[in-house]
Amino acid sequence: MLDRRNSYDAAAAKARCKAHRKAILDMTQRVTALHVGGAFSATEAVDCIYYDLMRPNAEGKVFGEGAPDTFLMSKGHGYMIQAIILNGLGIMSDEILNGYCTPGGLIGVHPDYGVPGIEASTGALGHGLSMAMGMAYAVKTQGKDGVVYTVLSDGEVQEGSTWEAVLIASSRGVNNLVAMIDNNNMQSLGFTNETHPSFYPVVDKFVAFGWEAVEVDGHDSQAIYDAVMNRKGDKPFVINLKTTKGKGVSYMESVPMWHYRSPNPEEYAQAIREIDEA
Amino acid sequence: MRNTFSKALYECATEDPSIYIVVADISPAGSMAEFQKDHPDRFINVGVAEQVMIGMAAGLALKGCQPFAYTIATFTLYRPFEMVRDDLCYQNLPVTIVGMGSGVIYSTLGGTHHTMEDIAVASAIPNMRVIAPCDPLECIEATRYCAKQKDGPIYLRIGKAGEPNLTENAVDPWEFGKIRYLQKGADVCILSHGVIMKQAVEVARELEAKGKSVSIVSCHTVKPLDRPGIEAALSNHGEVLVVEEHVPEGGLASRVKQIAWDIQAKCKLHTFTLQDEFIHNYGNHDDLLAAHGISVPAILKAVG
Repeated sequence: MLDRRNSYDAAAAKARCKAHRKAILDMTQRVTALHVGGAFSATEAVDCIYYDLMRPNAEGKVFGEGAPDTFLMSKGHGYMIQAIILNGLGIMSDEILNGYCTPGGLIGVHPDYGVPGIEASTGALGHGLSMAMGMAYAVKTQGKDGVVYTVLSDGEVQEGSTWEAVLIASSRGVNNLVAMIDNNNMQSLGFTNETHPSFYPVVDKFVAFGWEAVEVDGHDSQAIYDAVMNRKGDKPFVINLKTTKGKGVSYMESVPMWHYRSPNPEEYAQAIREIDEA
Repeated sequence: MRNTFSKALYECATEDPSIYIVVADISPAGSMAEFQKDHPDRFINVGVAEQVMIGMAAGLALKGCQPFAYTIATFTLYRPFEMVRDDLCYQNLPVTIVGMGSGVIYSTLGGTHHTMEDIAVASAIPNMRVIAPCDPLECIEATRYCAKQKDGPIYLRIGKAGEPNLTENAVDPWEFGKIRYLQKGADVCILSHGVIMKQAVEVARELEAKGKSVSIVSCHTVKPLDRPGIEAALSNHGEVLVVEEHVPEGGLASRVKQIAWDIQAKCKLHTFTLQDEFIHNYGNHDDLLAAHGISVPAILKAVG
């Protein structure tokens, strides 16, 4: 794998993530029903995967013919950040992005296979890791050099199907699979540590299941990048990302209603201001 | 039939390196053991973990493989239902899920091991196709078809062991999406699919002994059903029987009734299906079918 550690540009990542968040906020003023909170908690992770971890093809694109790596958004409700980034990378057109949740549009709230840049349909939780593992296994047994990246929600890690995939991934040595858990400790019905105290520790559970696992600050792009680049690589790899739902906007952070609410014009202005000033 | 399936798939996989099989702790009967030995990378036993069996098969297909997922029918379709629906059907991936020992074949294992309503469940999902071969020869044809097709997901509903070959002298070749006359007659037409075809053939022999001229039809592709073929069968015979190892709703019997109404068919139409009931009977397969009201004498009595 191309080692870009020496050229990692943390300032550029920070600037991009600000721009992504503002682009999402702009969309909230055109359509409602966006998962803003979950998109903001996964912003640095998805940005890091697309901009710094996935290797481009000859045309400089991380998706399409000849692009070796794959990203699958297992937490489909984080689609907004993925769509914004795909648009920024020139993979998803403005026309497609602007058709978000409109009658004639191509994209809705969750990713659909077949849309440019989308490798699998997700939205129902607990499906993504199995598919990502199957993809990684296929690539590996086809003799190709390709890494499959996926981002899961902490809620998804409660699905039994996720643990089925965790078990078989390590049993079959799927070491080209990199999973990240956007662990914002929040679910639709409360805080994860309150409803599921036994959910923690996360890293130990994955280690016990035969994975290489670490925990980093999920809003520290360089920490995410370094964790992936420094993995041993002989096992499937997971990062438990400690994140904040609604990260970057004070009134959204860790407030459950921002799972699905769009800000009004005053709230929007405040959010833009806070992100600019951060 | 499972050994026939295993052998046919092994042969296909030997020719085509894109064929993978993901199984959930099913015994490696027949050629399945050879598949595992000769192509260890392409034989994946996920253990008792049916959701990842389907999800992984989807992931393989998304990277260009031609996967089969294989275990006992109830665990192929019911346990991982949302994966079948979302991962395979919604994304329309060329994955074949093989339900072995379908219907009430596992008679003594009880209701947890029966698939009495699997055709209804599978057929209800957009993009899903359903194939139920009636004998080992049809199972070979169906497996080869599934191994090559790229159109989307298929539920391949097969038997278990000991089924006789019934189609050596069939009038028509096996063709996906077409009903197939095993023999052509003028008076009575028996429509069936799956391993219960054996009883259908016995009924035909008894009717022939009474002087009737009988057609026997394998409706191996239950979805998409060959509507023109069914219409012709209803129009060209005075009496039509549907014999099906499936509950009354959502299988071949109810579809044939719909078509008969649509075309205002003039024939007599009798349907013989499993009851809409969990029946506790721990005899053999035929005993349990008889408890549901499907036996050669029961059918002959009803037809008169």
